[in-house]
This record gives sequence, C-alpha cells and structure tokens, in this order.
Amino acid sequence: MSMLAEAPLKNAVPTDQELIDFVVREARLIDQQRFDEWLDMYADDAFYWMPLEWNQTDPRLTCSLMYEDKLLLSIRVERLKGARTFSQKPKSRCHHVLQTPQVDSRDTAANSYVTWTAMHYVETRLEEQTLYAAWATHHLSVENGRLKIKLKRVDLINCDAAFGNIQLFM
Amino acid sequence: MTRYAGNAEALRALVREQEVHRDVYVSEEVFQLEMEHMFPNSWVYVGHDSQVPNPGDYFGTTIGTQPVLLVRHTDGKVHVLHNRCPHKGTRITSETCGNTGKFFRCPYHAWSFKTDGSLLAIPLKKGYENTGFEQSHAAPGMAPVRHVRNYRGFVFAKINDGGLDFEEFFGESLSSFDNMVDRSPAGQLKVAGGVLRYMHNCNWKMLVENQTDTCHPMVAHESSAGTVVEVWKKAPPGTRKPMAVEIIAPFMSPYEFFENMGIRIWDNGHGHTGVHHSIHSDYSAVPGYFEKMKAAYGEERAKAILDENRHNTVYFPNIMIKGPIQLLRHFKPIAANKTLVESWTFQLVDAPDMLLERTLMYNRLINAPTSIVGHDDLEMYERAQEGLHSNGNEWVNLQRLYSPDEAEQTNVAVNGTSEWPMRHQFRAWSKFMTVGM
Repeated sequence: MSMLAEAPLKNAVPTDQELIDFVVREARLIDQQRFDEWLDMYADDAFYWMPLEWNQTDPRLTCSLMYEDKLLLSIRVERLKGARTFSQKPKSRCHHVLQTPQVDSRDTAANSYVTWTAMHYVETRLEEQTLYAAWATHHLSVENGRLKIKLKRVDLINCDAAFGNIQLFM
Repeated sequence: MTRYAGNAEALRALVREQEVHRDVYVSEEVFQLEMEHMFPNSWVYVGHDSQVPNPGDYFGTTIGTQPVLLVRHTDGKVHVLHNRCPHKGTRITSETCGNTGKFFRCPYHAWSFKTDGSLLAIPLKKGYENTGFEQSHAAPGMAPVRHVRNYRGFVFAKINDGGLDFEEFFGESLSSFDNMVDRSPAGQLKVAGGVLRYMHNCNWKMLVENQTDTCHPMVAHESSAGTVVEVWKKAPPGTRKPMAVEIIAPFMSPYEFFENMGIRIWDNGHGHTGVHHSIHSDYSAVPGYFEKMKAAYGEERAKAILDENRHNTVYFPNIMIKGPIQLLRHFKPIAANKTLVESWTFQLVDAPDMLLERTLMYNRLINAPTSIVGHDDLEMYERAQEGLHSNGNEWVNLQRLYSPDEAEQTNVAVNGTSEWPMRHQFRAWSKFMTVGM
C-alpha cells in the first residue's frame, strides 16, 4: 500500500498491519504539512487530547495542554494558512520518529481499536529546534470502510514542564 | 559597566511622562535592581491559602527571583519563609508542594525547623557550644518574610520594611478580589484544575502591560480569533454556539467595543479593564448557578455581583486576575529577557462544575503553550524584545490619550483604549524602584 494515498480497508475488520499503517500515515501527513488530509483522518466527534498532568484521567475538570474537538482542530488548520498568522512567519516544521505502533486492544463488536506508539517529536522554527518525547494512544474505529480517529491522546514525558510555543501537532 | 546601581536619578530618568527607555526591558542591570529594590519594596503575590489547607502543607514559589515557601503552621496561621537552610543555603524542600509534617528537615545536615521557620534542632549540638552560635545569622532558623497578609485567601508578602503598608499599597483595587470571591455562593475559592506554565523569552513587564492593552486583540489575534469567527460563520444555521467560540470570538470585537468598555486606574500601578462590559459579558448562563447565588446573597446583591464584568485586573507588580472566570496569571521574572507565566484557576466553592470547566477551557485556549491565542501574543513580545536592541530609537511610546494632569488622579474610569494604565504602572515602577535609595 502506498503511504501517499489512503486506501480503503480490504475487509470489514482491519488487520493489525492496517492499524499500524494508519498511525504511521497520520504522523507523515503532519510532517508533510498536509493538514487537510490529516484532519480527514478524524471522525466528526473526535477529540485530540494532550494532558497537562502525569496519568491524567479527567479532561474536563483538570486542565490539559490541548483537548480539542474537530471544530477547534479545523480552526488550527485554517489559522496555519492565514495571511496574518504572525507566529507562523516563518512557518514551523516538524519531524516524527515513531516506534512501531503496538495494537493494545481490538474489540470488533464495539468497533474499537487502540494502538500505543512511543515517539520523539521535533518542532523547529527560525533558529530553535525543540525535542519532545511522548506516547501517542490512538482510539480508532471503522466508518464507511475507512479507519477514523475517535481519540488521539498524546502524553508528553514532561507534560508539566514550562514550554515555549508548541505550534503544530504531535 | 554599572549605570544605575545606587543612582536613583538615572533610574527615574528611564520613565518619562509619555515614554519609557528601552533599558527597563533589556538591561540586565536594571533587572537586578528590580530584584533588589522594586520587588522587595512591593506587596508580591505568593499563593492562595487553599494550596496549603492543612498544618505542615507547603508551596514553593518566588518573590521576584528569591525562593520562598508558603506554609501552614501548626496553629493554622500561614507563614512565608525564605526557602534556604540558614546553615549552607540548601533549598529545604525537594518538591514544589507537599506536607512536611510538624517540621522541616534540611536534606544536607538534618538541621530542623518548626513550620514557622524557627530552629528546632541541630545534630551534634555540642559542637556549637561556646562558639557564639546564638549571635549568628543561623540561630533564628529559616528567615521569615516579615510582612505577610492573607486577603480573602490570597497571600501577599513584602520583603523590605520600607514601602507602603498593605491597605495603602492596594487601596480600592482589592474590590476585584472581592468580586471574584463573592462569585462563590459560599464566599470561598479553591485552587483547582492544575497550573499551566508557559516560558516566555521576553521581559516580564511586557506581559503586565499587555493586560490593559486593548488596541492589540483585533490585530494580533486576527490569526486565532479571526479564524474562529470565519470558521464559525460556515456552521449550519441554528447550530448551538460552542463554549470555545463564546470564549475566543470576542477577542475580535471592534475598537469601539474596547473604547466603551472603559479602564479604571487606581494608585500604585493597579487597575482594570472592563468597567462597563468585557469580553466575558456574553457567556451563556450556567444552569443552577444563579439560583444558588440568589439563595446565598438575595436577588439584588447576586445580580450586582454577577453584573461586574471586569476583564483584566492588574495588581502591580506582576499578577493579573480575571474575576468573571476565576483565573490568576502570575508573571514570574527570571531574567531581563525571560519570564515564566503561571496561569492558576479557581473553583467557586458550592457552584456548578460547569464554571470550572469553562475556566479551564479558557485557560487552555488562551494561556497554554499549545494555545493558538497565546502564540499570537508571545510572537509580539519576542519581536519587541529583539527590536528594542535597535539604536534607531531608544524610547517606547506610551502616549495614547495622555493628559498632563493624570498623575495626580486616582480611581478614575477612562476610555478603554487609553495607555494611562501602562503609564501608571511605570510611575509605580519608578516609585518602588527608588524607595529608600
């Protein structure tokens, strides 16, 4: 399967390899700044969650670095294209290095698949290059023959540190 | 080369009626003098007493760049101690916050101290006999910050004996704390939700000034708030407005909105935007909240409390609070060009959880290092921090709506786009920088 185009699933139930390819493809789309295609990997009711607290369980009454629905994610993507987005003049670039995603659970009856991926993420702008270490947990489901992200949770190893701007997506 | 140490005239000359010299932002020497004079001469925010609810609870923070501990003593009283062992200077606590039990124990040589700082015990005490130890700097124990005041849960401390007493320093500005606390049906706040920390490569005063700068939102935040407005326009008619849109969209309000909302100016650099209305005025009602307020205060008083919509209240030198959403931002100086921003959120005791949920959403959408609105601001601060090194012009202009008689006035409400609050902040800066110099 080509990494460039998203292929529909071969069968109704995704294989482990199809789950892994999907997670790897997501990181690649971010690195290549193909944000519209990236956003299309998310279900309409999806959330992107980056906890502020180690082992955080509550995104509602505990603060997070990000807890965004698809509307907010699409606002971020639109903002990156804006003519007056000064913090992106010049633009940031990023780079993911993933360990092979592990399939943590498969629940075909509930249409729910969870993967866990250790990664290093580098974001760079101007002279600054910053390295982040994180684990990404993807909750996936099949919609109309395609995998979609229901929840992506990014746990930074130093989630409670004082950061400068983190402008793109892990 | 020192230009300013011990030279009150040179320091005063940095602040003119309508402009300030760039050295107040870029000079490391001026920064050191702020730490030696301006911060110790001012009442500086330490923390909220709900962070140390039980005897032995402590919380470590800074006054300027000096490490201090907020601690609850066995008698229930809150103390502020310099966080250093009187022996070798070791920082006493290893975690930012926790409970130390009945005493602090230095991890280096096991000197121990009561939770009011006084010396409890030293191992091998005989070794100090006949050495004149009682007269030493170490004998009293961990040095307390002598001037401490707990105002409705908010703890302030002043290191120096000079300067003003608490009431004189804050005066009528305390009404913004009153309003924030009164928004709880129980008249009580509690730190909740975790603290967001955001590192800024710029001078701390740029952040303080920005809290009353109402000419920047529709320009600098066009990228974030403007995009929200544009994306939201495409939603199908009749879609319920999400909380996130309610929070971010008002940043795009036109100049007239900010002109009419007004700014109030108090003595000593304090003041608030949002005299008549603010960007927080049109939030949806939270189910069940007004009923609780009415039961606690009566309808008329409950309405009066909730009709206040102060936007940002600046407390000189380095905090800002948002009463309507119970948020406090602490601009902690690290170097002339480095500032740690801590954004603290509060729960209104006995109010619905949805209020805390909104506060936390505001915090992560506006104040997080991962927030798009925060990116807009930090980009401008960092560009200013760099641009000020240009020799083309050594002065920063703060002239907007200047009036020659304004220095003598206090507790006035003026046009919401005036730079009067910033001029007032620098008048206070000049005053507390040179007290006793």
